[in-house]
Amino acid sequence: MNQPTPIQPSQVPVLALGDVLLVSLQGELHDGMAEQLQHDITQRISTSRVTGVVIDISGVDIVDSFLGRVLAEIASTARLLAARTVLAGMRPAVAITLVELGLTLRGLVTALDVDRAMELLSQGGS
Amino acid sequence: MQWSGQASATSLPIGSDADLAWVRQQVRQCAAALGFGLVQQTKLVTAASELARNTLVHGGGGRVEIRPLDNGRTRGLEMCFIDSGPGIRDLELAMTDGYTTGGGLGLGLSGARRLVHEFAVDTEPGRGTTITAVAWVTQVPASRPGVG
Amino acid sequence: MTVSEQDAAESAPQVVSSFLERRKEQVAQRWADAPLFRTVFTVSRDEAVEACKAVLEALSEVAVSGRLEDIAAPGFGTVRDQLGRMAATRARGGSTPAQIAGEVAGLRGPAVDLLLEEFADPAAPQAQECVLALTLLLGTLRLVVMETALDANAELIERQRQQLLEVATPVIKLWEGTVAVPLIGTLDSARSQIVMESLLEAIVDQRARYAILDITGVPTVDSLVAQHLMKTVAAARLMGAECIVSGIRPAIAQTIVQLGIDLGSVLTRASLSDALAYALGKQGIEVSRTDAGASAR
Repeated sequence: MNQPTPIQPSQVPVLALGDVLLVSLQGELHDGMAEQLQHDITQRISTSRVTGVVIDISGVDIVDSFLGRVLAEIASTARLLAARTVLAGMRPAVAITLVELGLTLRGLVTALDVDRAMELLSQGGS
Repeated sequence: MQWSGQASATSLPIGSDADLAWVRQQVRQCAAALGFGLVQQTKLVTAASELARNTLVHGGGGRVEIRPLDNGRTRGLEMCFIDSGPGIRDLELAMTDGYTTGGGLGLGLSGARRLVHEFAVDTEPGRGTTITAVAWVTQVPASRPGVG
Repeated sequence: MTVSEQDAAESAPQVVSSFLERRKEQVAQRWADAPLFRTVFTVSRDEAVEACKAVLEALSEVAVSGRLEDIAAPGFGTVRDQLGRMAATRARGGSTPAQIAGEVAGLRGPAVDLLLEEFADPAAPQAQECVLALTLLLGTLRLVVMETALDANAELIERQRQQLLEVATPVIKLWEGTVAVPLIGTLDSARSQIVMESLLEAIVDQRARYAILDITGVPTVDSLVAQHLMKTVAAARLMGAECIVSGIRPAIAQTIVQLGIDLGSVLTRASLSDALAYALGKQGIEVSRTDAGASAR
């Protein structure tokens, strides 16, 4: 079998919608990219007025313990910088797998999709 | 357990981040071709990701052999992760939830074991580690479309 | 027609094989009246005779191959499906495996009678040898029928199990944004997997914020069942929905406490309607009786 064609080493797009950062994860995410993302988001929160972060993972077909840890750390770091994080759009198969894996991401606020996540952030509730 | 030994294994190197992504893709393709459902595919790919990362981080790299199985009743997929790293000194401890030496969540081995049907670790300090994980296609009716 | 002296060189299985081929029609006519064939091929007697002939041809082929006692002999391959259907039909008709085996054994008599007619002296050693060979062959046929019957049974059980799994887990939309699964029966791993999958799919389809797991119909809650419930709750939460477990009967509540099962942060309500009221309340929906409804009472 041949060496893989490297999968899009592109940057993860981080969009600013008012004071909310919208991060859309898509497809394969290399470990290095995930760590880079964590760094980027922290930078953005500390340098601009950000009160919320929405991470859309509807395009992600697996979350393993590494990515799970990165997501949890993004949320904790954001919290320290006074921004709230909502994880949106997890697929059913991914949710079932994470629970079997033993990763319930208790510290993370979740939403069905980006709309609901935005709603949650604007309500200012939990 | 028995299977016909006709199926050939695919061997993939594990030496970098990009290799992990490639392993995930190959396992996904193989599982889909064997008839695993979406949830089972996701579990298998996640287990492969955990174990491949274990090979990379703790074994200093190695390879994975992916082999389709057929026991006459159902089809399955075997994944063998092989490294010649330092081995695991305390297997029981390494298999405990939350135990980590690699800075992760400590769910790699113990979590992967829960995602497959059969799981075996063969390790010897100084001689490397081989982790074998097997999953079988389970015939579960597809979830009902929509609700009434 | 009788077996003459020069045939003595032929082995018993070969003699049996050519006998079965030559006297196929006569044996089939007798077998067709046996319960095994008569009750399965009910459309016409000709159909039963044809089925008998197919079995006889298979037996003849097995005999000539010399593998009298081998249930895997290739000769049986052509009739295996037919035998399986016959056994399954008898089983559905209420016959036990032992009764079906007895019916197959009953085929021996008529066949042996006809075989003995072939010999001038039924007591001759060669005649006895042939009877023995035919008996062995029919014994093997009986095993083949038993085997196919057991396979058919296992398949039937598996199919019923899956139907049960599917039937037993409907997801119901109770209100806009609220879905419920009434769980009935034992919640084992396979069931809980299906419940989890159906519930999560429904959460996506219905854009549900609340999911109710009603366990009124679950007979017992042990630590394993509790674990399944907690996993389902955790998975629903990951999708952004809140889960409520309802229908915890007093006896079950007691068991949960006595076993020291920690349902953790799982939200519970005594009844399905309490759970629905909670879900509606959280969404700011109020249900009240209209004047018309009140006066109708």
